[in-house]
Amino acid sequence: MIEVKNIYKSFDNTPVLKDISVVFEKGKTNLIIGQSGSGKTVLLKSIVGLHEIDNGSVFYDDVVFNKLDFKEKKEMRKQIGMLFQGGALFDSSTVEENVMYPLDMFTQMSLSEKRDRANECLKRVNIENANKLFPAEISGGMQKRVAIARAIALNPKYLFCDEPNSGLDPRTAIVIDNLIKEITEEYNMTTIVNTHDMNSVMEIGDKVVFIYHGEKWWEGTKEEIFDTTNIELNEFIFASPLSQKIRDLKNSN
Amino acid sequence: MYVCHQNNLFMGLFYHIGRYFILLRRVFAKPEKHIVYYKETLKEIQKLGINSMGIIAIISFFMGAVITIQTAYNTENPLLPTYLIGLGARDSILLEFSSTIVALILAGKVGSNIASEIGTMRVTEQIDALEIMGVNSASFLILPKLVASVFFAPFLALLSMIVGITGGWLAGIASGVVTTPNYIYGIQYAFIPFYITYALIKIVVFAFLITTISAYHGYYSYGGSLEVGRSSTKAVVHSSIFILLFNLILTQLLLS
Repeated sequence: MIEVKNIYKSFDNTPVLKDISVVFEKGKTNLIIGQSGSGKTVLLKSIVGLHEIDNGSVFYDDVVFNKLDFKEKKEMRKQIGMLFQGGALFDSSTVEENVMYPLDMFTQMSLSEKRDRANECLKRVNIENANKLFPAEISGGMQKRVAIARAIALNPKYLFCDEPNSGLDPRTAIVIDNLIKEITEEYNMTTIVNTHDMNSVMEIGDKVVFIYHGEKWWEGTKEEIFDTTNIELNEFIFASPLSQKIRDLKNSN
Repeated sequence: MYVCHQNNLFMGLFYHIGRYFILLRRVFAKPEKHIVYYKETLKEIQKLGINSMGIIAIISFFMGAVITIQTAYNTENPLLPTYLIGLGARDSILLEFSSTIVALILAGKVGSNIASEIGTMRVTEQIDALEIMGVNSASFLILPKLVASVFFAPFLALLSMIVGITGGWLAGIASGVVTTPNYIYGIQYAFIPFYITYALIKIVVFAFLITTISAYHGYYSYGGSLEVGRSSTKAVVHSSIFILLFNLILTQLLLS
């Protein structure tokens, strides 16, 4: 479980996050949604400690993460996996080396053990026969899957995904979404996904938090989201002509 | 995230100096796993050191040749012995060329490489990925490059000395300005071995400056490819300025 309590974050005196409190549950896929520039990436990066928050607390189970010192945070981070928007794979390393990297750094495994674990993770994300390829030689969807394989290599307790579907076609996006959900349940992790893709909400949104202008505007489940009367959330959900047509059809029926 | 105090020159200067030393403190933190750092250092020796040998050899050869011909032109006097051409070429190469000029060449080649590589890793969130894993990204990315540069730079300086003096000799005999015995006598005449030590001390300091300044600019890049390009340019410019500044300081300290 991850809990954020009354967190504030500003850049150059411009407030970006304002008094956000939310609980992200274990074993569930928790989604942060919102328009571009609403502050959801800042919220995610504040939770993982890439941004230092101005005020408030971030709890990882019982540990106050933002109060830990540098060394303690480093230890804690071994339990964290993160999937970045662009994959953030190391360009100069092969697919296999990328997945083996956390094992190289933090385990005493032999080379063959590390290879086995890397292959196991790659197989889990449905990547085979690409071990020796470099990130530039594989597709965007494959890069995302390799990044997931790297993120789960150390069996993390917490998984963070920053816009995992950006730049992917709808079919591949669904594959990635489902993979995140399956892995979350399989490893019983606390997963937080940042997205503005409503398909993701429909597919995997066990819990959804809507951020609007740096504030938590709404939270609920994917079942509740389409019945909300929240004006800003409705504008966000039904922003595209396609979703508007679906809403109109639903209403006419 | 990374605010530059560009409006105030002095504040900006202190801000960058402070941040540079904070980065250095992180670079020299205890490595997570020595074997990984060792392997990275070997890769960097290949990339930054061995791959620079060609350009250093080519430039040293031609510069040695030009220095010899220019020295011959400037000492064209029947009262001056021709072995002075060898002596002049040797001292120019040992004292200044093989350390300072080679360092300036390395600032262009290695410095821009380091800044653009680390800068690209920053803007593509690869550094964030390292941090999230619990890796000290500053140390992991910079320390192997620093060790590789500082370790290999003296070899490049020695290579430059040998090739430069050889280039001078070949140019000298090809153009007929000096004979082989006179050139060899000249390069041995009044030889002070400390000049080599002096050059090696300088190149080690310069290698440290090039690597850390370039890494600093790369590490604190932000934005996109345009900013990475700017960081790369700044890395070369600032490294060159500090090489010249430290050249003056070291020369005063070591030769006065």
